Amino acid sequence: MTITSTYKGIFIAALLLPAQSLLADEFTGADLKRWKQQYMEVVDEGSKLFHGGLGNENTVSCDQCHPNASNTHPETYPKFQQQLGKVAVLSEMINWCIKNPLKADPLPLDSARMTALQAYITEERRNVPLAPGKH
Amino acid sequence: MNRKNHFNRREFLKRGSALIAAGWLPLSLVEVAFGKTQAESFTFAYISDSHLTHIKGNNFVRNWDRGLTRAIAEANLLTPRPDFILYGGDIAQLGTPEEIDHGLDLLGALRGDVHYVMGEHDYYLDLGEHWRKRIGPDHYSFDHKGVHFVVLNSILTHDDWIHKKWDSPMHRMKEMARLDNPQGSPFLVGDPQREWLRKDLEKISKDTPLVVVSHSPLQKIYKGWNFWTDDAEQIQAMLKPFDKVTVLYGHVHQIQYNQIDNISFHSVMATAWPWPYPSTFAQEASYMPKLTVEINRADPFFERDGTGWQFINMHTGDVDVHDALPDNRNRVVAFDEKKGHPVDARYQAEANRIPPMKHF
Ligand SMILES: [Fe+2]
Ligand SMILES: [Fe+2]
Repeated sequence: MTITSTYKGIFIAALLLPAQSLLADEFTGADLKRWKQQYMEVVDEGSKLFHGGLGNENTVSCDQCHPNASNTHPETYPKFQQQLGKVAVLSEMINWCIKNPLKADPLPLDSARMTALQAYITEERRNVPLAPGKH
Repeated sequence: MNRKNHFNRREFLKRGSALIAAGWLPLSLVEVAFGKTQAESFTFAYISDSHLTHIKGNNFVRNWDRGLTRAIAEANLLTPRPDFILYGGDIAQLGTPEEIDHGLDLLGALRGDVHYVMGEHDYYLDLGEHWRKRIGPDHYSFDHKGVHFVVLNSILTHDDWIHKKWDSPMHRMKEMARLDNPQGSPFLVGDPQREWLRKDLEKISKDTPLVVVSHSPLQKIYKGWNFWTDDAEQIQAMLKPFDKVTVLYGHVHQIQYNQIDNISFHSVMATAWPWPYPSTFAQEASYMPKLTVEINRADPFFERDGTGWQFINMHTGDVDVHDALPDNRNRVVAFDEKKGHPVDARYQAEANRIPPMKHF
């Protein structure tokens, strides 16, 4: 963005030229910071949902069994979930918990709240090597 | 020692099979073998951390109600009867009169006298007022068959945190109820109670077996989740002159045991839900006692898995803790005189451990 605006006055006509798509491939430290911030905002939202923010009637929250999202093992998914008899992804297990101990309706898999929960859970597990299929 | 263990195991299995016949026993048996002669050995049951949660009206979270109800029913089946029952704290989730009263209603079905311990979930709404009104003092001592028992309130904290400008008492309660809260505050026994303890112990001869009961561990395991008491070392120092000391605690919702000098430590299980071991939080270091053989990873699809209660046998100053665990083999952790620390009867040797005991 910054680069584009620097050149704006000089090459107004260039907006339609291939040069712009080349520049779109570049990003700056400021971009990285902004993207990280966007991500962390969703992590924070996920943390709120995880710590009692889901509004389920029985008030049971994820952190009651999983402080700091521990014992959720996001790095081990997809894996054969023996209780379901099939290979499952993490979001299916999140919905299992929402339906059972939390007694609430499952979240749509592409909902902002499901994304936020997964962002928080995975962020708390950062730097642990991927181990798909592990039990 | 071996013969004694053997005997206790058989006794436990006998009791255990009565329970299994009943079909639904999630209990931990704590066996305290204190008392100066064999004749003075006795047993007590230990139930803890029920976290009964009020929804509204007469509605409570069924899962947690069932954990406590089951432990009570199982404890009532023990024969011979335990001498008494200890309730280890966190009867409530948010410390409301509804939750504490509901817990006491359920616990009223227990056959035997109950000694209660204060948990942080019972305390931080009204600073223990309703609990003390219904139950009594939060720290006290008593003697039983030659053993001196001390119950402490170990979940106090610094005054400036307690008296922060909270929106409401419930705000404070909810902040303390969240285990992984970075805005929380470490647990304390505190100066006044330590002074009370000093005076209480003054009268006790050093060869009297001592059992100290608290809610949080009087040893430091992981501060981030308050598996921790800030003045633990000061308490340990006060217990050091005694020949035989056992510290029993709840709060951690998992099996832990340890030996520090003359003090054996045992945690008890929760009836509500299991906490993960702190080592499973990859971002922070923690100090789980090396001695501890961890409980199996809980299967969430079995509601009571990873919960339980204890039956404790006391003989000659030593404690055998029997954990009765639904969907798992029962665990027996008994003091080994030769080794000088508690030992798991089945799993202590590295080679005897099984894959579900690997926590990550
Ligand atoms: Fe608890
Ligand atoms: Fe607790």
